Amino acid sequence: MKHLLSAADLNLDQAIEILDTAAELARIADRPVKKLPTLRGRTVVNLFFEDSTRTRTSFEAAAKRLSADVINFSAKGSSVSKGESLKDTALTLEAMGADAVVIRHHASGAPHLLANSDWIASSVVNAGDGTHEHPTQALLDAFTLRKHLKNGQGSLDGVKIVIVGDVLHSRVARSNVLLLKTLGAHVTLVAPPTLLPVGIESWPCEFSYDLDSALKGADAVMMLRVQRERMNAAFFPSAQEYSRRYGLDESRAKLLAPHGIVMHPGPMNRGLEIASKVADGNRSVIVEQVSNGVSVRMAVLYLMLGGNDGVAE
Amino acid sequence: MKTVIGNVRPLGGEAVDIEISDGVITQIAKANSLQADIDGKGLIALPGLVDLHTHLREPGREDSETVATGTLAAARGGFTAVHAMANTTPVADTAGVVEQIYRLGQEAGNCDVFPVGAVTQGLNGTALSELGAMADSAARVRVFSDDGKCVHDPVLMRRALEYVKAFDGCIAQHAQEPKLTEDAQMNEGEVSSVLGLRGWPKVAEEAIIARDVLLAEHVGARLHVCHLSTAGSVEIIRWAKSRGISVTAEVTPHHLLLTDETARSYNPVYKVNPPLRTMDDVTALRAALADGTIDIVATDHAPHPSEDKECEWSAAAFGMVGLETALPIINTTMVKTGLIKWSDVARVMSQKPAEIGRVETHGNEIAVGKPANIVLFDPETKVVVDRDDTASKSNNNPFHAMELLGRTALTMLRGKTTYKAEWI
Repeated sequence: MKHLLSAADLNLDQAIEILDTAAELARIADRPVKKLPTLRGRTVVNLFFEDSTRTRTSFEAAAKRLSADVINFSAKGSSVSKGESLKDTALTLEAMGADAVVIRHHASGAPHLLANSDWIASSVVNAGDGTHEHPTQALLDAFTLRKHLKNGQGSLDGVKIVIVGDVLHSRVARSNVLLLKTLGAHVTLVAPPTLLPVGIESWPCEFSYDLDSALKGADAVMMLRVQRERMNAAFFPSAQEYSRRYGLDESRAKLLAPHGIVMHPGPMNRGLEIASKVADGNRSVIVEQVSNGVSVRMAVLYLMLGGNDGVAE
Repeated sequence: MKTVIGNVRPLGGEAVDIEISDGVITQIAKANSLQADIDGKGLIALPGLVDLHTHLREPGREDSETVATGTLAAARGGFTAVHAMANTTPVADTAGVVEQIYRLGQEAGNCDVFPVGAVTQGLNGTALSELGAMADSAARVRVFSDDGKCVHDPVLMRRALEYVKAFDGCIAQHAQEPKLTEDAQMNEGEVSSVLGLRGWPKVAEEAIIARDVLLAEHVGARLHVCHLSTAGSVEIIRWAKSRGISVTAEVTPHHLLLTDETARSYNPVYKVNPPLRTMDDVTALRAALADGTIDIVATDHAPHPSEDKECEWSAAAFGMVGLETALPIINTTMVKTGLIKWSDVARVMSQKPAEIGRVETHGNEIAVGKPANIVLFDPETKVVVDRDDTASKSNNNPFHAMELLGRTALTMLRGKTTYKAEWI
């Protein structure tokens, strides 16, 4: 695995290898010294064109636990905010000797551009690009699902998952649909028709406008963040109406299978797409998703930079 | 001075010798009966091509193209006349600017340049430019367009259509409903849904075309629709023509060849406005060009400097170069496939565009007494496109590394050779 740009880059074996590796690496989080020497001397650059403290710190923690040197390169306070092009930034990072670039960008496809250009030779990890994909989020979601629904082993064969919300603008939804399909899960997307993309018929999943019927007996529900500014663009009439039709409250959560879990990639709009009582309730695995994020990102960096020979020299 | 092109096949027909004196065709004789200066064996002769839709970028963006370089690229592509779009800096919305562009074309001498005048001042879409002044100027403007932007205000569009009737002008509309295409990046459909790029729905083009043909009918004016990109647009034009509405339509070579699948690379060289559509649209556009629903091929040659294309898709400029590949693409997609004949190529790439632009000196048949605007074309040789083998200042060429059929041998403007390939 040279790059991780899209969840579609992973076949079933590769996806399971990442999840299994993440499970092994998760165990060191329980040790007093949470560090492996695997990526000593390697440089991981966090190239963030978009604010995301959560994702950046997750990647930073992952790289540091593998003993990599981490450079945080954020658009704010650097020449990027002065209009430096992605090309020049990439050439700079290449000159600095980056082994992996973790890129978060507001433009869909920016990681592809970086990986397929001849500007930089390093590995590229997509940490969220525009409204395209966020493959490590999908991996941590799959990791969480597998832990709760499949005893942390194998694939997600036959698992029923409902993803609810602003699918149109969601990179989390796109990556999850692709990865969960690869892992054998059955995915239903639920949203008002305005927040489902034209062309969704071609996606490898079901879709519905009716949350209640989709939730019945599902093994997991994943709530997506809804941005209030979508209201102004007439995607839905009001926050109240959205919440009423597509929000997850306690009574709706009861429609899930008895073991069904509730997920959210964060940050949450409590009271809009998810009620606080559900977010904090016993079905919720939202906080756990965050810690699983570090393990999964460790696995990705490990397999990408040092995985072939076990421990890097 | 006399020049004889020997043993050449006009419109792919029987071989003849063509004699040219003082810029005019003076004799067409049996093949090999005259002393040939240019060996036309294996070549076909077409009337010099006329492009109704070219961006020459001068004045204002001389870093991407100038009148001199753009017209040289045109000559290499077999064009003897191009219509220069108005979205320059300053905008071609006054007699002064269009006369300057016209004069630059004459000075360069590579092909005739007919400026297109902006419909609205500064392309702002709110107030008409002095259309009459441009029509009366030395540039004799007959085609008016805000290309790059749509004249979306229906009242303004109606007035523009009506007003230019006074001097037999036409409005060339860039059909794009602006609200439906805010920040739009590519065709809205399966591919955009996967790539997470903001969609440019087909309805945004079709709705404007439907409105405009009805406006043209209502006021009895001449409408030209730029760069048709969808099967639905074809249906609307076909319906309008069946009603007797005075509408003409163009298609670009890239919309006849490429689809939105190319966007999967996230390479902005494929970013263009209107966007590349689906294979169903390509098929419908080819059929419409063949059956005459679409009147002409126009390049929408849109050069951009590399920094505007070596960047994120959403940050990149719209447009692609096309003057030098237009004829090989038409040969590859339309002639070799049996959809049209060379006489049709002459019609859609020379005669009709000249007619729409009201340019009497171009688009004539290859006949005694006509201006010697001629392109010689080798239709059989396969050529792998090299984006750096160009006269244009820009190389945003989506056909790079593709194999196309045919190459220009020689282009002649009023008897003067404006391009001659090394191999001839």
